[in-house]
Amino acid sequence: MSVNQESRKSMHAHQWRNRLLTLVSLGVFALYLLWAENNASDYVIRILNNTAIFITLAVSYNLINGITGQLSLGPNAFIAIGAYTSALLTLSPAEKQLSFIIEPIIWPLSVIQIPFIWTLVAAGIVTAFFAFLMGFPVFRVRGDYLAIVTLGFGEVVRAVANNLQTVTNGPLGLKGLHAYTNLWWSWGFAVFTVAVVVRLIKSSFGLAMKATRENEVAAEAMGVNAFRINMLAFTLSAFFQGVAGGLLAHLITTISPTLFTFFLTFNLLTIIVAGGLGSTTGAVIGSVLFSFGGEWLRVVEEPMEIFGLDIPGVPGMRMVIFSIILIFLMIFARRGIMGRNEFSWDWLLERSPLSRVFRGGDK
Amino acid sequence: MDFQLFCQQLINGVSLGALYGLIAVGYTMVYGIIRLINFAHGDIVMMSCYFAFFGYALFNLPWWGAFLGATALTTLLGILIDMGAYRPVRSAPRISALITAIGVSFLLENFALVVWGGRPKAFFRPDAFGQVVSIGDVHILLLSIWTPAITISLLLVLLYIIHRTKAGIAMRALARDMETTRLMGVNVNRIISLTFALGSAMAAAGGMMWAMKYPQVNPFLGVIPGLKAFVAAVLGGIGNVAGAVVGGFVLGVAEILLVAVAPALAGYRDAIAFVVLIVILLFRPTGIMGEPIVDK
Amino acid sequence: MSSLLSITKLTKEFGGLTAVNEFSLELLPGELVGLIGPNGAGKTTVFNMITGNLVPTRGTIVFAGNPINGEKSHRITARGIARTFQNIRLFTDLTVLENVMVSCHFRVRSSFLSAILGLPAYQREAKTGEETSWELLDVVGLTHLAREKAGSLPYGQQRRLEIARALATRPKVILLDEPAAGMNPAETESLIELIRKIRREYGLTVLLIEHDMTVVMGICERLKVLDYGHTIAEGTPEEIQNNERVIQAYLGERRLA
Repeated sequence: MSVNQESRKSMHAHQWRNRLLTLVSLGVFALYLLWAENNASDYVIRILNNTAIFITLAVSYNLINGITGQLSLGPNAFIAIGAYTSALLTLSPAEKQLSFIIEPIIWPLSVIQIPFIWTLVAAGIVTAFFAFLMGFPVFRVRGDYLAIVTLGFGEVVRAVANNLQTVTNGPLGLKGLHAYTNLWWSWGFAVFTVAVVVRLIKSSFGLAMKATRENEVAAEAMGVNAFRINMLAFTLSAFFQGVAGGLLAHLITTISPTLFTFFLTFNLLTIIVAGGLGSTTGAVIGSVLFSFGGEWLRVVEEPMEIFGLDIPGVPGMRMVIFSIILIFLMIFARRGIMGRNEFSWDWLLERSPLSRVFRGGDK
Repeated sequence: MDFQLFCQQLINGVSLGALYGLIAVGYTMVYGIIRLINFAHGDIVMMSCYFAFFGYALFNLPWWGAFLGATALTTLLGILIDMGAYRPVRSAPRISALITAIGVSFLLENFALVVWGGRPKAFFRPDAFGQVVSIGDVHILLLSIWTPAITISLLLVLLYIIHRTKAGIAMRALARDMETTRLMGVNVNRIISLTFALGSAMAAAGGMMWAMKYPQVNPFLGVIPGLKAFVAAVLGGIGNVAGAVVGGFVLGVAEILLVAVAPALAGYRDAIAFVVLIVILLFRPTGIMGEPIVDK
Repeated sequence: MSSLLSITKLTKEFGGLTAVNEFSLELLPGELVGLIGPNGAGKTTVFNMITGNLVPTRGTIVFAGNPINGEKSHRITARGIARTFQNIRLFTDLTVLENVMVSCHFRVRSSFLSAILGLPAYQREAKTGEETSWELLDVVGLTHLAREKAGSLPYGQQRRLEIARALATRPKVILLDEPAAGMNPAETESLIELIRKIRREYGLTVLLIEHDMTVVMGICERLKVLDYGHTIAEGTPEEIQNNERVIQAYLGERRLA
């Protein structure tokens, strides 16, 4: 056998082993979730749900920023669109009538109510649609403008949410949403997102995205339609963020225009940079760290006592610290935790004491 | 809408547009030279307002002293940000510099929030600017006349610097072809710092007049004007300094007149800039006065 | 025999500067034509216009009967014109194999959904792409480095990778922009052999920019000489070698008319 044929054969043997390992791990985690659902405290469950949603957001955000190399500042706007879309469709006509006290909600929203899962699908599609509209002028010209356009779009979404009384209920927002989101929804979708994104990245399309990131001119010279591939990454990323918005809305059960600020996007940016821009594994790790670390950092905003000195709580200090962390990362630790590498069972098993057991077929 | 109101609003628009233009100049120069959208630029405007405010309120400087001091400090701030945050990532992929800029922007905003508090501070308005002048039924602040006049004067000074001084020529050369210019012995870092300095000084001038026009100074005052100013820069042709000012005037007048003609849209006035941006990108990406940037 | 690539009075002006002035060329199938001239003569600008990286100010480019001036570069690649770059533009963070596989993406007709689901139609196309890539790595002799990051390769091998990657788009015409730049004599010999081989095996038509006279004299059938954007001479390598104007251009002396 030639060199390539040999290495390709062992690659395939490992593929099935790896898939099995992944499935087993997911199974074990599912069992944990089953236990947690009934036995863990509300606090822990909240953190678990948050982590799952952050994973969804970070992994999809990494698709456009890290894999395709185009800086989008859109997540908070997309999450808002998804949240509102989903919420407006799960509320019953009666509930809507009660909420919309200043001006009644417009038809047909006044009479529509559909099951949760379809509202999530709708959230994703509507969000993706807006991303498509925005991406079109931007990617035709230069990806540099994506950041400003998405930033501006965030302002537009906020303005619309605040003013379009008959659709969004304006500053009052939407309250009393049914708490549909539980561990299964949030983690189910997180796993789904990761699976889809990973498969996309491993495919020819993912390769084209990376090539566009590395050198757009060269990629086009090799036949890659950079416009299309940028649009694909951006729109798909927005889809997942929209659905995550719907999940978020039904987790916190109240949404309003002031909820989806730029801070949310900023956090996601820090997460994927810290995890490693361009690494899905990094995005997952970053999300977990953030979810748990964020709790810890809340401390600096409370009054605390160090060495007998009373230091008053400083609101906004968390954000100052986060921005310093981000700048620090960009200057000194740009590659983040994972760089552009991904987790692989091969890597882990080679280093474990059980390596000889798992080496299996290629002795 | 009657003629008086139209004139009133036109003057408002021109004076607002002048401010957008002053801020836009900083964006356009920095983007032209290092292809970076300096997200922190709007926040530099905000800092200049605070500097002037404290110069006047805390150190009891006369208003012109506060303005001069604030301009100097803001210029220094711009240079420091370039040297401290942007220079280390100059050789990294472009997305790194953009992310760093966002980090700096966020840091400035929250720093101001933590140190000076979220409650708006009342900015001073000296009589030289605050007096109202009446022409028929049209009442305008002297400020509204000073603003475009000062903007155009500063623009002319800046154009002189860019086209007639050695440093200015170096700036333009770097914007066109960085590698070759570097090989010709130009101290690239110093010229880039100069670019930031000039942009920040203009931003400070804009900031001061902004704060006199809308005398509520808060940590986030630079966010939306910053966004709009960038749109103005794109509208005028990114990289073109005169274009940035032209774009600013167009945007300012459009914003004021649109709201005057259709008051129901007042809540959406900030969205106008966004729509303008999309339209430019769709139909004339090089802007009013721009040349295509051959960058690849 | 009709021309495969027909360029007529191609001109590029940047503001006041004329980078290329009325360049014309009839490229017949199977030919190997060289484009030479001092630095800054406009040779790469000609390439950039052919491949869609620059829009010509004036002039027409017709490829296999179809006018292509103003088309985007990925479309021109799909039509069958490939190129390498003067300053190597490899995807440095991707592996050698991945660099070549990128060129196979545009032939994938399946949708991204197919790719995500792993449907058979997509699997087949992906497999074809992978096989083509291995084949081309073999042709340029880089198989043993397939899994290395492209950026870590020594210079000479990076240039070979550039060629492999261009070939993977299965072009009819290939534009090589200074492929021998920075190579030592042994590498240059190797390169000449490679160009001969791929021309033969893939039936390619080649347009070549070069400064290295060994390459130019060794394989070019015909030459066009540019200086300051103007075509100052054309002919066989022997004819050009003795052309006064060409010699002057390279030496930088200008004789007054």
